[in-house]
Amino acid sequence: MTVPGKTIETIASELSRGETNARAVAARSVAAAEKLNDTLNAFLQIDRAGAIARAEELDKEAGVAQAGAGTTKATLHGIPVAIKDNICVRGLQATCGSRILAGYQPPYDATVIERLKAAGAVIIGKTNCDEFAMGSSNENSAYGPVRNPWDTERVPGGSSGGSAAAVASRIVPAALGSETGGSVRQPAALCGIVGVKPTYGRVSRYGLVAFGSSLDQVSVFGLTVRDAAIVLHTIAGRDELDATTADVPVPDYAAELTGDVKGARIGVPRELFGEGLDAQVRARVESVIEAYREMGAEVVDVELPHAKYSIAVYYILATAEASSNLARFDGVRYGHRTEDPQDLKQMYRRTRDEGFGAEVKRRIMLGTYVLSSGYYDAYYLKAQQVRTLLQQDFLKAFEACDAILTPTTPTPAFRLGEKTDDPLAMYLNDIYTCMANLAGVPGISVPCGLSESGLPVGVQLMGRHWGESTIFRLAHAYEQAHPLTARPRVMAE
Amino acid sequence: MPITESDIEKIAALAHLEITDEELHTLAPQIASIVAYVEQLKELDTSSVEPAIGGLTPEGASTAATREDRARPSLGQQLALDQAPEPSHGHFRVPKVIASSEEKENF
Repeated sequence: MTVPGKTIETIASELSRGETNARAVAARSVAAAEKLNDTLNAFLQIDRAGAIARAEELDKEAGVAQAGAGTTKATLHGIPVAIKDNICVRGLQATCGSRILAGYQPPYDATVIERLKAAGAVIIGKTNCDEFAMGSSNENSAYGPVRNPWDTERVPGGSSGGSAAAVASRIVPAALGSETGGSVRQPAALCGIVGVKPTYGRVSRYGLVAFGSSLDQVSVFGLTVRDAAIVLHTIAGRDELDATTADVPVPDYAAELTGDVKGARIGVPRELFGEGLDAQVRARVESVIEAYREMGAEVVDVELPHAKYSIAVYYILATAEASSNLARFDGVRYGHRTEDPQDLKQMYRRTRDEGFGAEVKRRIMLGTYVLSSGYYDAYYLKAQQVRTLLQQDFLKAFEACDAILTPTTPTPAFRLGEKTDDPLAMYLNDIYTCMANLAGVPGISVPCGLSESGLPVGVQLMGRHWGESTIFRLAHAYEQAHPLTARPRVMAE
Repeated sequence: MPITESDIEKIAALAHLEITDEELHTLAPQIASIVAYVEQLKELDTSSVEPAIGGLTPEGASTAATREDRARPSLGQQLALDQAPEPSHGHFRVPKVIASSEEKENF
């Protein structure tokens, strides 16, 4: 029993055995993206010409290498990947799902893109997302919502919903997204795939359009844990161009997937399994805890007493930082500019009014409010203090365990339109995920079965700072024992 | 403290956002309810708690690494202006910035 569809490993071994070539792999992936986009709206731009040209180049290089002295191919040689539209890829658009950046083409590659390209990956396109990564359902994209491949009347989650749908529908085996409060793990759970948010400082954000700078991390979707591990290994590590990246060695995560969890201590914060948690999600997550016990792991109770404040802390910090980061969209240097402004101030205001959608405006307003004169101590400072308490909770919990296990989301995928009128209800989707962003620790979501109505459920494992290896190993062991063998309704051939 | 529509208008001006009356009527109660929700932090005594340093992980003081200060190639004028809505003579063209004395009130 394995996860259906072609993983990075499968494609790599087909390529190395000469059963296919990079061009054929890219052509299949691009054709699937084109065909399924009417249904899923996962891609905002599909780069047929660029992907095919790059794949042909790789085939040529491989041919030369083969004729030579058996040079080994790069890790991601010929592997098709999709990139969230808030990450800069030279020559392709980067709209961030916003009207204000319609048609914008960044003049450089993000560091993560340089690293993917150097490893031989083939970028097939840019994926849809909530505007400036603000949302949990993908309904905040100016270019229409993405549909969930398991049920097209339902949301794929957000904000990286397009990348999640592209992997879940088997268009690509891996994709990049970004996280500020759960924007990769949450859609991964709702779409039945793997999503990993690395430690803050693990991956460069140079070329990622900023949202909440003390929280943002480029994050990875994979069809399997191994796929996510391979891609994270490729993009991680110190980058001069992002001062927050740490000079910490990057392990070969995939090589450490031993399948062994004996003796590992898994902490379960029971107080988070109460109010608001869907009974079916709860049942699936309990079954994961049981599975770990059977595999020889030790399950211990841990407490995160300040976790219940994480949404409140998050919506102060993230909106405050967003209000500052999004000040740059003013119609001067790039993007949309309003027609015939009378003066500079009117140009700013009209440009931003025409360019930003409702949720982005709401968050800029909220962030401006909490930072405005007289309120800084009551909101921003207070939130940073509670963040310290939450970080201390995690450090204390990790004295008793190696990983913390929770549901990834309180419910399976909800219907389009179900939560759009109530911003607060939408924010609560991130209740299990945003604490990892606040604490700076890594987190991974792995599929753990389906609900009775056939929707995927995800379980989350959070690790110590720089401890991605541990959560990858645990997640992989579970996945090997209980792979999600069901297929989404919308799937590439 | 209740958030009024006039508060919302002030915030919008600070944020350089133009908002319609309709948006005003929707945003005021929405922002008020989100602010009411985050007020729950007040139940915690944080008087002796250090604020988290934006972005740094508890053990990550080393992440704030600096790099050598040296000249390096940059985008260059042509590329930097490539995406500008209104480039002009190697610059970004903008509407009138300096107001006459009677207009100054509005700036």
